Order: sequence, then C-alpha cells, then structure tokens
Amino acid sequence: MSDQIDEGLRSELQKRGVWVTSTQELYNWGRKNSIWPLQFGLACCAIEMIATAASRYDLARFGGEVFRPSPRQADLMIVAGTVTKKMAPQIVRLYNQMPDPKYVISMGACAISGGPFKQGYNVLKGIDRYIPVDVYIPGCPPRPEALLHAFMELQRKIDGQKLTGQDKASHLDREQPSEFPVPAFGAHDLEPPSNPNIFRPPAIERA
Amino acid sequence: MSATGFHELEGAPPKAMNARIEGDLMEVSMGPQHPSTHGVFRMNVALDGEVVRKLKPVFGYLHRNHEKIGENTSYLGSMPYTDRLDYFCSMTNNWAYALSVEKLAGIEVPERAEYLRVILAELTRLQNHVSLLGFLLSDMGAWGTPLMYAFREREKILDLFESLSGSRMMCDYMRFGGCRVDAGPDWFARAQKIIDAFPRFLDEFEELIVSNEILIARTQNVGKLSAELAINAGITGPMLRASGVNYDLRKVDGYGIYPRFKFRIPLGDHGDCYDRLMLRALEMRESLGILNQAMKEIPAGPIMNPKVKVRAFKPPIGEAYGRIEGPKGELGFYLISDGGASPYRYRVRPPSFINLTVLEDLCLGHTVADVMVILGSVDIVMGEVDR
Repeated sequence: MSDQIDEGLRSELQKRGVWVTSTQELYNWGRKNSIWPLQFGLACCAIEMIATAASRYDLARFGGEVFRPSPRQADLMIVAGTVTKKMAPQIVRLYNQMPDPKYVISMGACAISGGPFKQGYNVLKGIDRYIPVDVYIPGCPPRPEALLHAFMELQRKIDGQKLTGQDKASHLDREQPSEFPVPAFGAHDLEPPSNPNIFRPPAIERA
Repeated sequence: MSATGFHELEGAPPKAMNARIEGDLMEVSMGPQHPSTHGVFRMNVALDGEVVRKLKPVFGYLHRNHEKIGENTSYLGSMPYTDRLDYFCSMTNNWAYALSVEKLAGIEVPERAEYLRVILAELTRLQNHVSLLGFLLSDMGAWGTPLMYAFREREKILDLFESLSGSRMMCDYMRFGGCRVDAGPDWFARAQKIIDAFPRFLDEFEELIVSNEILIARTQNVGKLSAELAINAGITGPMLRASGVNYDLRKVDGYGIYPRFKFRIPLGDHGDCYDRLMLRALEMRESLGILNQAMKEIPAGPIMNPKVKVRAFKPPIGEAYGRIEGPKGELGFYLISDGGASPYRYRVRPPSFINLTVLEDLCLGHTVADVMVILGSVDIVMGEVDR
C-alpha cells in the first residue's frame, strides 16, 4: 500500500485549487502542532523550560504552551533537571500514567547522564535507563532556543511516523509496551539499575 | 411549632447547627509532582475537611550531593556547583562562596571587583524577587499574566549576565580575590538603561497586584509568622523582616562595600503572606537605589587580586564562615581547610531550607489552597533546600 501522494499530482491539483492529503498526513499534522507537555520540573533546567514558555521565547508558537499538571492529559514529558534516585521511581510512574502516544525530551546534561553531578551517590546517571527518550538536549542548562529546537525535532519525528505497515509507529504496535517497570530501592541502590529492554548503551572497546 | 423548628427542643441547645462533624483526618500527599511546589517538594498533609491539621515536609527529591562533591573537588572546582544551588541567584551564591574562601585564606579584593559584585548581587536580587512575585501570583490562580510580565523583566537582566559571564543562569562569575571578566562601558550603559526603566515596571506591576481584592483576600492574615518564632527558628531574609525584625546582613555585617551605600531596610508589620509579598516589592526599590549609587561611583582599576593563585589554590589550615544577605536570606558557607587542595569540610547554610522549617506552623488551621500561597511566599528553591 502506498501512503505517499504523488508530489507531481499534488502540486498540479493545488494549482487548480484542490488540496489533497492523506489521513496519515492530516493526523500527524494535527498531532505535531498540539503537543501538550507535562508541567513538571526537577531542577535548574525547569526554569529555562518556564522561560521557554514565557514571554520572550513563547512556546505557543509551536503549539506546545498548554502545560498540563496531570500526566493523564499530557503528550510529552520534558525531563528537565537532575534525576535523583529518590525521584526516578516517581518519574517512571508519571510516564506510565501518560496515555499513548507519548514522547520524552531529556533536557540538559543531568537528565542525559547525570551531568556535573554524575559522581554523586544519589544521582541517576541518565533517565534513559528506565524510559525511552526521543530527543536529547545537551547543555547545563540548555538555552530556551535549544528546547525550541528539540521541540521542532520532535515535531519532525511525529511527522514521519507511519500509521500502518511494518514500520508503523511503536505506540500503534500492540506488542510494544507502553508502561515500564517502576524501579524500587533495594539494599544499596535502585533495583534494577536499568531496564535492559530500553537501555542498551553502545559497547566501548578499549585497546 | 415555631418557624425555625428549634423550639421543640426546649432546654437543649440546638446541637447540629455549630457542632463539627467529627471524622478521621484525611492524609494527602502533595508532590513531588505538583504544579505549585516549586520543584520536587512533597508535603504529607493531614486534612480535616479542607483545613490543614498536620503537615509533614518530605525532602530529598533533589539531593545532589553538593557538599560531598565539594569535599572531593578543588576550591575553584566548587564554584560552578554553587551556581546550581539556588539556580535563580548564581551571582550571590558565587559571592558567598568566594567570601568564605577569602576569609579562610585572607585575600583582599580590589575596589572595582567589590563594586561589580554589589552591582551583580543587586541585579540578582531584582530578578529573583520579580520572578518570585510572578510565581506566587501564578500559584494563587493568576495564571499567566503576572508571570509573563515578571519573566519579561527577568530576561533583560539575564541578558546582562550573559553578555558579562557567558551564561544566562549559571554565571560562575566570581573568583577568590575578584571577578573573572571586566565589564566595559558598553555593558554599564546597557545596565543603566535597564535600571532606569525598572521603576516604571515596578509601578505597573504594583498597580496590578497591590490593591487587587482577590490578592488581599488570599494573602492578608494568611500564614502569620510571629517575630518570636521567626527568631527562634533561625529565619532570615525577607521572611524575617516581614515579621518586623530589623536584621539585614548588608547592615549588620556590612560585608563587601555595603556600608558605603545609603539604603533603607523595609520592614513588615504582620508577618503574613501579604507583608512578605510587599516587602519584596519594596526591597526591589531599595536595590535600585544601591545600583544607581554603585554605577555612579565605580572606580577604574584591576578586578582581580594578582597575588591569588586561582589554580592549585591551597589555603592555610583553619576554618571560616562567610555569609551574605542573599535574596532569600542568610546564605553562608562554612569551610574547614586541612591545608590540602580541597576542603576537609564544606557546609552550606541554605536560607530556603531553614526558612522552610516553620512551614507547619504557618499552615496549621488554613485551608489546603492556602498552603500553596504560604509555600510560595516562603520563597524556596529546591536546589538549595536539598542540595
């Protein structure tokens, strides 16, 4: 099945005043322009997230200004700040409570890898150990422009998602999990230390 | 039978009218994910209907091992970490840390650097107080508008910080014995422009909020803090002064070059949320006065003490406690040196955390909706509370 419209035919029809689209394009267009983030800040990056939503940078231009305090109404989780081992279970639980399709932006060095606090005994070394992350933004903290860029990258990703076929989006695949096990405190550390189904760091080969 | 029906129960008082329905307290966990907890703060609240009967704060959701890292890194290496303590006020955090190291090692600071520090600390106070007012009003339900106004002004000050230090929020600007980079005449011209325009914004903002009926109803007589309790609990900063205690380290300690400036300390009468809110508005006006004086008087000269070896810095054996009046209260760093390259003990005295200890006393007897207003008026930042 072809889900692409012939571009030549489309422009030809557009010249005659006929606008042609496919269900997939229309559906993705609607989704990507009304991403509602979860109103949820952890640390310093959250202030830059608020600045992005506030007057100068104005996230509303990208359809993302509707910050929802409840995960049940949110499409996007912006993990903005240091994830501590005490907070990590709550974040996974919040992620599990979000309805599909859901996306995650890992904002700042801390959420990616622990950042400057990586050596700390209470700091989780990256939220991607427990939940799948769509866009990573480096920076400590990233500038609001960087968050806008991540937002546009996410829109691009949503735009390219297929609704049918073999390579359809993972949230449409019944086999793919949409909830992930919540870690708990064991004797010394969070158990399990990571979710092996999600967290597959590249093997580093040292000579 | 009378119209009210009560006279039938001759002799016995009408029982059902004013008697409270006795029931179990309901425990509610507010946070760590809550839109108004200013980060990841959790309160376990026991509610009687809507009224708070018990409140237990739960900390540690942002414990980032600041002190432990400080003991394992060099003296200079801790400077960027202090930015991330109270992430609204990196400049004042830098200053407090630099001050305690300077005390520890007996370092002199050049005149121009002292002036730059005062200018940047007062600009930090402006942007901290203005964003606090925005957040507080946002918590009260004025969703959007005040925060937008506040962040519009905050961005202007952040622009100044960025052009000077290279970063909007994490400035890492001060060093032991001075400052990192000098500000040119261009920077001062831009800063003066922002300072000159600020009173107009304050007038506008105060007009918006001060006489607002809803704001008065939500804040007056809410969360009263007596001067006695404030002193006993070690409260500092605007929260203490809103209770009527005249204690400002800029006057008491006179650290840096603050004794040279003429400014007044605003004080509150009632110690309620309204006083705490208005006190910040008044403090901003005094800060503008200090800024104007400092901008006029700033001398030319070096900004760094040339004798200080910033790298491979090893202070003599000893201990020191340096404190400043941060926008949130007394921010202090206690350092013990064993003569090595990193401190033996590194302790932060965080104003937000200590101001938070009276939260239960403030909230008891108020409704659960007032808890958010009280918490907002305490002015906490979780990075500093949990460290």
